[in-house]
Amino acid sequence: MGFLGETFLAILPGVPTTLVLMALSVAAGFVLAVLFALARLSGLPVIAPAVRLYVFVFRGTPLAIQMFLIYFGLAQFPEVRASALWPYLREPFWCAVLALTLNTAAYGSEIVRGGILSVPRGEVEAARAAGMSGGLLLRRIVGPIALRNALPAYGNELILMVKATSLASMVTLLEVTGLAARIISTTYRVFETFAVAAVIYLAINGALAWLVARAERRLSPERSGAARTGPDLGLAR
Amino acid sequence: MPEWLVSYWALMGFGPTGWGVQMLRAAAMTVAVSASGFALGAVLGGLAAWGRLSASRVGAAVAATYTTVIRGIPELLVIYLVFFGGAAVLGWIWRSVWAGEGFVSLPAFIAGFIAVGICNGAYQAEVFRGAFRTIARGEIEAGRAAGMGQLLLARRVILPQLLRFALPGLGNCWQLCLKESALISVTGLVELLRQSFIGGRSTRNFFAFLLTGAALYLVITTVSSALFALAERRALRSLGRAP
Repeated sequence: MGFLGETFLAILPGVPTTLVLMALSVAAGFVLAVLFALARLSGLPVIAPAVRLYVFVFRGTPLAIQMFLIYFGLAQFPEVRASALWPYLREPFWCAVLALTLNTAAYGSEIVRGGILSVPRGEVEAARAAGMSGGLLLRRIVGPIALRNALPAYGNELILMVKATSLASMVTLLEVTGLAARIISTTYRVFETFAVAAVIYLAINGALAWLVARAERRLSPERSGAARTGPDLGLAR
Repeated sequence: MPEWLVSYWALMGFGPTGWGVQMLRAAAMTVAVSASGFALGAVLGGLAAWGRLSASRVGAAVAATYTTVIRGIPELLVIYLVFFGGAAVLGWIWRSVWAGEGFVSLPAFIAGFIAVGICNGAYQAEVFRGAFRTIARGEIEAGRAAGMGQLLLARRVILPQLLRFALPGLGNCWQLCLKESALISVTGLVELLRQSFIGGRSTRNFFAFLLTGAALYLVITTVSSALFALAERRALRSLGRAP
């Protein structure tokens, strides 16, 4: 077996780590994103500005420094080390998940907010006229339309999250990029190793883009065949 | 002054025990490496956009491959490629052309801004392409009809409008550069993230240093977005559709 094959097999164990990091943080991040979006739209006195500040801070600083703050910064407080969360905050894996979650929640809340704001006023009025309100209105009318409108942008966020999981290697986690970096520094075969890692990421992101495109088509029967929207650069970190 | 502020100032100020100068110098390094990367990204992005819009099939394919691949892989991987790959290529040239000995390495600043430029170029290409599409076909045809050559047309008709329409997207690309520059710390370049880490490690106060670093990033990104907003207002003024 050639070097390429060996490298592929050496990097492959990092793929589950990359995927699990991404899946956990995207799932938790989406729940937070919806809560944050609703909090901002609620206009409640203390809560809405607090969420606004949160989004501003997390979108205005690099993910790497957020991850470092959680991994290196929190450990210096005796209160944190004594707390029930310490078994988790001690682990680079959970620190990476936490940083990725908080980061994607900030970007995601803006996408979800945009989706909710794009729901036509008439639809909401019609639903209200039909007697819907509160949770029912949100679940039956606003939610589905907002989700469909937000999906292209959220698809981009998912791909950016796959790329962002690579930062976990900066806190010693051996996911795909971490393993690739280790192979590069031990074998000095930069180009082959890079190619193998790049192909793995492109395969993951290609599959993800395909799934999102499929979901988009299924959720919008009336717009089938509509052109896919390009990546929204505002989401990039 | 409260006690914590006094001790914070002793740590982060400009006194004998303060790290203020180092932190500000590192912030300047972040801006410098990001700006160099952004400039390289503009060149690469411009070339890629031109390739994708051109009639040449090869040019379009090369440009499409570049933008698709780069946007699909982590920036960190590109940094490793440029830093170690650059050293490998330089070392090969050094040994075979000049018959030199030993290892050569690419300076971290150069590797860093090249990597950021390669990544950013892929995003800037999309911005330029989108902006080109908003230029009215008729304007280009009118320019041709008036007898303008390719270069004159580009300089007088296309570029002024292209840059205007591209400005909001370029603002996002610049923010991307700033945040990506933090990843260059893996090559040992002492930019803001690396300096915050070093300071935190040697004083055993990671939290204060990383929080200060984050605050400096926030200042840089906020000032940049204000400047871009100002530039956008100025650039779109003459079009009568300023927001």
